[in-house]
Amino acid sequence: MKKMNKFWLFLILAVVVYGVGQGLIQTGILNAFYSNMLILMIINIVLAASLHLVIGITGQFSIGHAGFLAVGAYVSAIITMKFELPFVLAIIIGGIVAALAGLLVGIPTLRLRGDYLAIATLGFGEIIRIVFLNIEYVGGASGMMVSNMTTWTSAFVCLVITILVISNFTNSRHGRACIAIRENEIAADAMGINTTFYKVAAFAIGSFFAGIAGGLFAHNFYIIQPTNFGFLKSFDILIFVVLGGLGSLSGSVISAILLTIISTYLQQYPETRMIIYSIVLVVVMLYRPQGLMGTREITDFFGKKKTAKGGN
Amino acid sequence: MEWLQQLINGISLGSIYALIALGYTMVYGIIKLINFAHGDVFMVGAFVGFYAIKGWGLGFFPALLLSMAFCAVFGVLIERIAYKRLRNATRIAALITAIGMSLLIEYGVIYARGAQPEAYPDGVLPSTTFNLFGAQISSQSLFILSVSVGLMIILQFIVHRTKIGKAMRAVSHDMDAARLMGINVDLTISYTFAIGSALAGAAGVIFGVYYTKIEPLMGIIPGLKAFVAAVLGGIGIIPGAMVGGLILGVVESIVSALGFSLWRDAAAFVILILILIFRPSGIFGKNTREKV
Repeated sequence: MKKMNKFWLFLILAVVVYGVGQGLIQTGILNAFYSNMLILMIINIVLAASLHLVIGITGQFSIGHAGFLAVGAYVSAIITMKFELPFVLAIIIGGIVAALAGLLVGIPTLRLRGDYLAIATLGFGEIIRIVFLNIEYVGGASGMMVSNMTTWTSAFVCLVITILVISNFTNSRHGRACIAIRENEIAADAMGINTTFYKVAAFAIGSFFAGIAGGLFAHNFYIIQPTNFGFLKSFDILIFVVLGGLGSLSGSVISAILLTIISTYLQQYPETRMIIYSIVLVVVMLYRPQGLMGTREITDFFGKKKTAKGGN
Repeated sequence: MEWLQQLINGISLGSIYALIALGYTMVYGIIKLINFAHGDVFMVGAFVGFYAIKGWGLGFFPALLLSMAFCAVFGVLIERIAYKRLRNATRIAALITAIGMSLLIEYGVIYARGAQPEAYPDGVLPSTTFNLFGAQISSQSLFILSVSVGLMIILQFIVHRTKIGKAMRAVSHDMDAARLMGINVDLTISYTFAIGSALAGAAGVIFGVYYTKIEPLMGIIPGLKAFVAAVLGGIGIIPGAMVGGLILGVVESIVSALGFSLWRDAAAFVILILILIFRPSGIFGKNTREKV
C-alpha cells in the first residue's frame, strides 16, 4: 500500500514539474537559452541515472559510458535522418542498440575487476568512438547533421521512465542482488547469486538508458561528431555519479542538475569549468569520498513526508 | 624495404611509450594506483623542454635534464598533494582522484598558456639519413632510441644496484613488512614518483623533438597507450613495460603501414582488451590466485 502511494506521489510530482516547465517555456518566461539548459539537464540526469545503476548499485567501475551515449546518438540519428522514421521509434531503437552494445562489451569485460574493468571499459569507449570516426556513412570526423526534434515533453517522458525503471529495479530482488554484488562479490556468489548475469544485466540496462540519452542528445544539438563522445564526456558523466554519492540515485540527479547549471554558466570559460570540475573531484575524494549523499536517498531525510526520488 | 623502415619507426615510437609506461608500472607496483596524471607529466615535460630550447636556447641534453628534474619535482608534488592521503582509501576513490589530477593539470596548463599548439624548433638534433638495406633511417630516430635505451639501463641500475632501488622493491613486495624493517615508506614512494615522472619528462622532450608538435592535451592518448603497454608487459614489472611499449609501437606502425592509419588508436585498445581477457597478468606476469 505504502509503495503504491509513493509511486502515485512520484507521478503527481512529475506531472506538476512537467506542467510548470511546459508553462514557463510556452509563455516565454524561459527563453531559448534556459529551455535548452533544461533539456540538457534532463539528458544529463538520464546519463547520471544510467551510470548510477552500473557504478553506484552494482559497483562495476565503468568509465566508458560515453561510448553507449555515442551508439544511441548515432543509431537514432541514422533512423530519423537516413530512414526518416519517427523520433519516438528512433529513441527506442537507439536505446536497444546501445543495450546490445552494452551486452557485447559487458560479457567479456565484466569478468575483470576494479582497475582493470575501468581501463577495459575506457578502451571500449574509445574503440566505439574510433569506429564512428571511420564510418563514412555517418560523416566520419566531420560529423552528421541532425534536425532538432528533442522537446521538453519528449525529454521529460524519457526522464520519468528512466527514473521509474531504475528506482524500481533497485528496490526489486534483482536490484538487491546487484547491491549484494557491490558490497561483496564473493559473498554474493556464495549466497547463490548469479553474479555474472546480474553484472551484465545492470550494465545492459545502464547502456540502454545511455542510448536513450544519446537519442535526446543527438536531436538537440543539430550536429553530432565523434569528438563529442570522447574520454572527457565519460568523465563528465562519472563526475555526476561520484559527486552525488556512489549508490544514491537522488544524489546523482541532484549533482547532475547542479553541474549542468554551473557548466552552462561557465560555457564561455571552458577551461575554468574543467578546472573547477577537477578540483571539486579531487577535493570530494580527499575529504568526502562517499560523495554528497553517500548511499542515502533524499527520501531518507524526510521520513514519511517526502514523496519522490529525484523528481526534477 | 618499406617494412624495415616501418619497423624502425615503430621501435622509436615504442621506446617513447616504454619510457612513459615505466612510470605507470613503477607506481602501480608500489601503491596499486593507476596514475592517470602520468600522461600529463609527460605533457608538462614536453613543454618544459620546449621553453628551455626555444626560450633559453639550451641544447638537447641540457633541456632533457632540466625537463627531467622539473618533472621529478612535479611528480612528487602531485603525490604529496593528492595521493598521499589516499593510501588507505578505496581503489575507486584513488582512481577518481587520479582522473581529477589529470584534468586539473591539463586545464591548468591551458589556463596558464592557452590551448594553442607549439612546434619544436628544427635542428635540435643533427638529422641525416642513412641508407640501411634500402630503408631510409634518420639519425634522429637512432639517437632517440639510444637515449631511451640509456635511460632504461640507468633505471635498471637504480632499481637493482642501489639502496633506494632495494627499498622500492621491498615496498612493492610488502609495504607493511618493509615499514617494520625500518624502510621509510613515504620517502620511497616519493622517490618512485620522482623517477617515474623524470622518465615521463624525458619522453616528453623526445616526443617533441621527434614529432615536433606539442599541445596541452597531447598527454591523454600517449598516456593511455603507455598504460596499455604497461598492462601488456605485466603491470608492476619493469622489463615488461619496456617490452610492452616496443611491441605496441611496432604494432601501431604495422597497422599504419597496412593503410589503416585512422584505426591506429583502436589497435592499442583492442590489444588491451584481448590481453585483459586472455592473460590479465601480462606477458611477464605470474598468475596469482585470488584469496578470499
